[in-house]
Amino acid sequence: MLRSQDSDPNSLLPLPEATFHILMAVAGEDRHGYAIIQDVAARTDGSLKLSPGTLYRSIQRMLEQGLLEETNERPAPDQDDERRRYYRITEFGRETAKAETRRLTNLVRLAKASGLAPGRA
Amino acid sequence: MRLYSALLRLYPKSFRLEYGAEMRAVFAARRRDAGSLLGVAALWLETIPDVLMSAAGTHWDIARQDLRYAARTLRRAPGFTLTAVLVSALGIGATTAAFTLMDHVLLRPLPFPDQDRLVKLWENHTINGNFWDIAPANYRDWKQASKSFESMGAYRAQAVDLVGQGEPIRLEGASVTWEVFPLLGVQPLMGRFFQQSDDTTGALGTVVLSHALWQGQFGGDAGVIGRKVSLDGAPYTVIGVMPRGFYLPARDALFWTAMRFEPEDFQDRENTYVYGLAKLRPSVSVRQAQVELSGISGQLAREYPKQLANIGAKVLPMRDQVSDRSVMMLRTLLGAAFCVLLVACTNLANLLIARSMGRRKELAVRTAMGAGRERLVRQMLTESLLLSLAGGGLGVLFGITALPLLSRLVPNSLPIAEVPSVDLRVLGVAALLTLLTGLAFGLAPALRLSRREDSNDLREGSRSGVGGRKERLRSTLVVVEVAGSIVLLVSSGLLMRALWRVQATDPGFRAENVLTLRTALPMPRYRSRAAREEFYTRVLGAVRQTPGVTGAAYTSFLPIVLRGGVWPVEIAGRLQDGANRLNASLRFVTPGFFSAMQIPLRLGRDVSEQDRFDRPFVAVVSASFVRRYFAGENPIGRHFQFGNHDREIVGVVGDVRVRGLEQESEPQVYLSYYQHDQVSTWYAPKDLVVRSTLPTEALANTLRRIIREVNPEQSVSDVQTLTEVVETQTSSRAVQLRVLGAFALVSFLLAAIGIHGLLAFNVSSRMQEIGVRMALGARSSDIGRMILRQGAELAAVGVVFGVSLAYGAGLLLRSLLSGVEPGDGPTMLAAVGLAALMTIGSGAIPAWRAARVDPTMAIRAE
Repeated sequence: MLRSQDSDPNSLLPLPEATFHILMAVAGEDRHGYAIIQDVAARTDGSLKLSPGTLYRSIQRMLEQGLLEETNERPAPDQDDERRRYYRITEFGRETAKAETRRLTNLVRLAKASGLAPGRA
Repeated sequence: MRLYSALLRLYPKSFRLEYGAEMRAVFAARRRDAGSLLGVAALWLETIPDVLMSAAGTHWDIARQDLRYAARTLRRAPGFTLTAVLVSALGIGATTAAFTLMDHVLLRPLPFPDQDRLVKLWENHTINGNFWDIAPANYRDWKQASKSFESMGAYRAQAVDLVGQGEPIRLEGASVTWEVFPLLGVQPLMGRFFQQSDDTTGALGTVVLSHALWQGQFGGDAGVIGRKVSLDGAPYTVIGVMPRGFYLPARDALFWTAMRFEPEDFQDRENTYVYGLAKLRPSVSVRQAQVELSGISGQLAREYPKQLANIGAKVLPMRDQVSDRSVMMLRTLLGAAFCVLLVACTNLANLLIARSMGRRKELAVRTAMGAGRERLVRQMLTESLLLSLAGGGLGVLFGITALPLLSRLVPNSLPIAEVPSVDLRVLGVAALLTLLTGLAFGLAPALRLSRREDSNDLREGSRSGVGGRKERLRSTLVVVEVAGSIVLLVSSGLLMRALWRVQATDPGFRAENVLTLRTALPMPRYRSRAAREEFYTRVLGAVRQTPGVTGAAYTSFLPIVLRGGVWPVEIAGRLQDGANRLNASLRFVTPGFFSAMQIPLRLGRDVSEQDRFDRPFVAVVSASFVRRYFAGENPIGRHFQFGNHDREIVGVVGDVRVRGLEQESEPQVYLSYYQHDQVSTWYAPKDLVVRSTLPTEALANTLRRIIREVNPEQSVSDVQTLTEVVETQTSSRAVQLRVLGAFALVSFLLAAIGIHGLLAFNVSSRMQEIGVRMALGARSSDIGRMILRQGAELAAVGVVFGVSLAYGAGLLLRSLLSGVEPGDGPTMLAAVGLAALMTIGSGAIPAWRAARVDPTMAIRAE
């Protein structure tokens, strides 16, 4: 099931909302599961709360798709919990997130052109 | 936390192992953050549905991957896939069809509300153990005296000519008392039912149409209520139309008229011709009603000892109208279908095991890459479920296709549709069968395959699986297949012998080259004997003059169809008491009947044109009549009282099977129709029999023309050859045999595939050993024999089990065997012989391949 890094990022589009949020959460730094949940909640002002079930199901799929990888680098022991696992975005994940961003931007542009959103096309 | 851990068990094991610890950590953190009791409660409220949803989702993710993978692997082995799908389709199809039929006839409730309270009433003739229809006087007295019933009604079959809707046509229907429809709890589609006033003498004729008649003859006309029609020349008004699927008393009933009893109907307690139908009061059981009615009939028997000695009453649930033989036939069919399913399942398991051995390396690689046992078992099961799903879908299609054929086994007497429909219930059973089949044949190979010890399969040339446990399992499965197919083979063989035996029964007449048709003369017009005689004379005269016709006559009922009646015989000086009632079946015939039917005349003469109403009444009797009542005497010239008159015996003819091929002959009396005094219009001759060398179609047209010339309004029905009439007698047997035979053939082929597959695999995996043997001097023929012997040993064990099981099945089937013994030698021998042929046939190619192994190549290849 592992996807090679050079496969086409567009093949996974459109991304499920949870997947995109997870990619955004780990885009800047490696995070463990609960940190992802908290980051997504903070980023969306609490309007999207990922449940652990959804999170880990998504993580499993994203690992298989090659969007994420697990990292062995861990924080200082006093800030760590040995049960935690840390996830890092892969190059392919980054490409895919960018492709999704482009797709959404285009969509918004088209929506503006149709007068469905404020601002100019 | 313990609760959360328990919840996590809902996830697939692999997922739980991977993320379980982390999820627990997250949950712990969230609970810490939740704070107050309310927060914790909210967390649980959120967590439980989340776990349920995402666990299901995760399972589905894996299943989807497995399905994709399974579909890909199956596509890569089209031969295997096709075989497996077909094999399971045959098993599931056979079982679905048989279950549908069984469900339709035996399990499904009748289409009436309160069907548990509906009963049929019969006269119980304890002397011969038969249930008879009821004399109207008895019906009336039962009805008046009983308290067990909420209501009671009566009906009788009726056939009329419908005129005025194009060609005159003959309709089968029934006349019913006004209580019948309400007590069944049915509603008319349009119009109304009979009311009590319709039953009274002098009321206008009213008729209720069946859905089929309304659609067919009246074009589904919405304004049909109130239309005037002519039935048997009398005016009737259409008052209602029944919904589709209402059948009473039999499926061919097309109309219902109101039944009226006239005072003279209550005169004779021996003329039985109505059927009783009743609805029990809510708190009354069938037993209680039986006790009450037995008391009433006992009282009547004391009042009328001469007519009613040994005649009681019988209450039977309406549901129980299916004869024991029909039940037996259906059970046999279902049993056979399960047998096919069993053979199919074992065959599939065998196919899968063989295949899995070929896939050892692939699976070993996957295990080495970290796929857990659970994952592999899941994968294998997905594959077998996918196969059985495809097989099940195809099987249901097979089943639906087979239903119209099987529907000939649905008894005509049940008020249900002839062709059972496949509905949700049946589809549910089919789905369950499919699931069980998939699990049954997938589980064993999957579990065996995933054993850790197989991981050494990675080594090239590993020989595990040959001669080991797997081979023993496969051999056992082959034995089961052979045994199962022998059971089916022997059972259908026994039934075939029974069918032949019944078909070979001499009916007492020669059916070949006889065409029959029915012209029932409608009564108002033909009430006078002179009118009837004129009709018969003109028709028979014209028919006999037709070139190619060698004999023609009229009779009141054809032989071997279950019609007609039995009348008491009184012979001067013979004691007629209850335990020793003399009787005989009665038919009115025209002169020439015996020669047209080629019933041999043993003594005396036929009835003749001179035996008129003003001459002494004569009778021709059957050989069994003479044996029973005039044994050792010359019967010619003897007198007896029969059918309200004194009759002189003028001739004796051979016995005819009047009640069907499988019933022994009973005494028969033939009377001249010229001496028919309107005892009952029921006995007026209506069946024309014509012996000729002409083609059926041409003769039928000629006969129709002749009848139209005599009376253009006379309907003609039931045009068929006498051979067809006889064949109808055995048609349900023949259908059952065909189905069973097909089942047997299928399972036999499956067993052959099983043996072949096992031997072929065996040969291919023993190449090296065979090569060594040959290098050491074994001859090709020795090698070939060795392989064949292996097949023969398996078949022999299967045959031994199969034959003993088949004997048991034969004992169960006894009531269908019509005198053929369950251990019938020829049948058993034939089955064993076929099994031997099959073994040789299916082992031939593997044995031939083994014998042609080139020792140097075989050894080098390893």
